[in-house]
Amino acid sequence: MALTREQMAERVARELRDGFYVNLGIGIPTLVANYVPKGMEVMLQSENGLLGMGPFPADSEVDADMINAGKQTVTARVGASVFSSVESFAMIRGGHVDLTVLGAFEVDVQGNIASWMVPGKLVKGMGGAMDLVAGAENIIVTMMHASKDGESKLLDRCSLPLTGCACIKRVLTDLAYVEIADGAFHLRERAPGVSVDEIRAKTAGRLVVPALVPEMKF
Amino acid sequence: MAGFDKRVDSYEAALAGLTDNMTVIAGGFGLCGIPENLIAQIRRLGVKGLTVVSNNCGVDDFGLGVLLKDRQIRKMIASYVGENAEFERQLLSGELEVELTPQGTLAEKIRAGGAGIPAFFTATGYGTPVGENKEVREFNGRRYILEQSITADFAIVKGWKADWYGNVVYRHTAQNFNPAAATAGRITVVEVEEIVPPGQLEPSQIHTPGIYVDRLIQGRFEKRIEKRTTRAA
Repeated sequence: MALTREQMAERVARELRDGFYVNLGIGIPTLVANYVPKGMEVMLQSENGLLGMGPFPADSEVDADMINAGKQTVTARVGASVFSSVESFAMIRGGHVDLTVLGAFEVDVQGNIASWMVPGKLVKGMGGAMDLVAGAENIIVTMMHASKDGESKLLDRCSLPLTGCACIKRVLTDLAYVEIADGAFHLRERAPGVSVDEIRAKTAGRLVVPALVPEMKF
Repeated sequence: MAGFDKRVDSYEAALAGLTDNMTVIAGGFGLCGIPENLIAQIRRLGVKGLTVVSNNCGVDDFGLGVLLKDRQIRKMIASYVGENAEFERQLLSGELEVELTPQGTLAEKIRAGGAGIPAFFTATGYGTPVGENKEVREFNGRRYILEQSITADFAIVKGWKADWYGNVVYRHTAQNFNPAAATAGRITVVEVEEIVPPGQLEPSQIHTPGIYVDRLIQGRFEKRIEKRTTRAA
């Protein structure tokens, strides 16, 4: 079975470490916050200028001046700080964020990522994604392995306009966890009940499969 | 004191001198911390051909979106336009010129502009459409693109509190692009929720020192929320 969105978030959360400053993108990455292991403290960075994002507010706590990068109303946790966009991207570009999790349309064997535009169809803008992929050493991309029609999104070369080049090393899809190195995807784990053959069939880019590919456990 | 009293008594006075084809930098992120009354005044003025620099472009009927609807904007420099259907329509049809700019690069362009730095190198956007036709330099084995800074005829800013001297404090994440914007206007206009007498604000808590501020006005704000999200009680 392919992973659910929640399982993907849960799997990514296993990469968190105590004391990490983490930037979570919109969508599945946002859900990672729900799976921070007990006893571990992480600080969430929101690129509009908040470090230490807390849960959504209760109805009575809603404050128009306190939002996250997805424009949702949020709260600040104890130990939080707020700052300008300039400061926020100094943290990001300067490599001070320990882990960045973001979505993508496509990735390729060179570590390129496309996530912000489908020419002629969808133009929403890159927001902070280009700065995030350029500034972070430690990035996990969460995405669907293939389109609904079965077309692979793990490619030899991205077909869409890039968000960043040679910057992605780890990808979690609904089918597999892969690492990118030496011009290939390296299969590290597979979703429960998903065969190596299915992953191979849905991976257009060069895929290296070791003798043993453990199943993820939930 | 008089020379440092930045207060003006009307929105007409706040934006006096704003004319067609000027460049305006606006603070705000989404609808959070936007100078909503100054934007409404630009609409009333009816000036056309504006170049607007702002992270987003409001929504269809609020914030900068109203200037878009009235076709007052010729060119938009922004990082994210996802919430605005009219923006996407004008962009795809070619009616609106758009320079999509990575958010951190946009912030730094404005910061640099206000700080007298004409350009800077950043890794952001290298090897992507953003880096096309830009100078590339290698530092310590990594490639960077040259980005030029931004200044504007007017900067419009939303603060929380200010004193008569134009020292401004922002509240929570309504800060965002506002302090950078305040530095980069030939004329910087700040609207706040409350103007207090000098001496009431703690000097070490000031976000924007008054030297950057030319005009100051107190307004009433709707503070519309784009995505009201709550947790179960």
